[in-house]
Amino acid sequence: MEGDIANMGQYIGAGLATIGLGGAGIGVGNVASNYLAGALRNPAAAGEQQAMLFVGMAFAEALGIFSFLVALLLLFAV
Amino acid sequence: MAGEASSGGIEAHPMDQFLIKPLFGDEGLGLFTVTNQTLWLAIGVLIAFALLALPTRNATLVPGRMQSVAESLYIFVRKMAMDILGEEGLKFFPYLFTLFVFILISNVSGLIPASFTVTSHIAVTGVLAMMVFLTVTILGFVKHGPKFITLFWIPSAPTVALRVILFAIEFISYFVRPLSHSVRLAGNMMAGHAVLKVFAAFVPAMGVLGIVPIGAMTGIFALELLVAFVQAYIFTILTCIYLNDALHMH
Repeated sequence: MEGDIANMGQYIGAGLATIGLGGAGIGVGNVASNYLAGALRNPAAAGEQQAMLFVGMAFAEALGIFSFLVALLLLFAV
Repeated sequence: MAGEASSGGIEAHPMDQFLIKPLFGDEGLGLFTVTNQTLWLAIGVLIAFALLALPTRNATLVPGRMQSVAESLYIFVRKMAMDILGEEGLKFFPYLFTLFVFILISNVSGLIPASFTVTSHIAVTGVLAMMVFLTVTILGFVKHGPKFITLFWIPSAPTVALRVILFAIEFISYFVRPLSHSVRLAGNMMAGHAVLKVFAAFVPAMGVLGIVPIGAMTGIFALELLVAFVQAYIFTILTCIYLNDALHMH
């Protein structure tokens, strides 16, 4: 019974940890939308900044991936 | 581990595809056991050799099909290195190109059904990211001496108090780099493949309507192909940016 409760806590915690991915979604969407808005205003400068678009996405996504990592740690490493 | 088959129609657990198994016999894993991981690492190296070394051995001025693939990969990474690192960064081009080709081929070959994704393991990507981290740190100290510490001291911040706070933040974020660098690649690969497996489990459970998840999986598979490329690109371009810190400081 005690083990079951501990398992339950693990699963609930892992599920809660994935909420952080929502923040990453907002962040990546923000980067993409702002890039698109800027690119439509000045299409000539858009191509050069594509690298920065991906880098910004990667940085925004990294923090979401951390919460994914926490979920995995809770499931498999606790 | 939640590895038991449940009654919900899932025969194999979605994470089972990431298990490392010995190829011959089942004596468990030793240091030199040939596993599916080592098999796919070797296949990745062979594909890279076949893609890059063989077509360019008898290179012609007007490239053939395979040679133009190799050349466009080369030009793509070279342009990336030139844009960020400049002329003096080109001595790191072989390293960047090796990283890019290895990660790209591992990611894409992991999409072959029943294959094994080497880059979905943090052990693999962690070594790659630690190599980058050590290269950047050692290069920075060799090139700038103890002054490399001032990388974290941002003189354009308005007040000294702010500079101190920024110093602490930059210092921590510098040491989190190898973690985020490696987990980003492994997490993306792992999550994408797990999603595919979860959708695959819907197909037998839904009967005739299983055609719907098959259609969705086709779309996700195309997305995964894009992700495989973008993640290799991001890993390489972040390596460029970190190297740029060491080469040019601010």
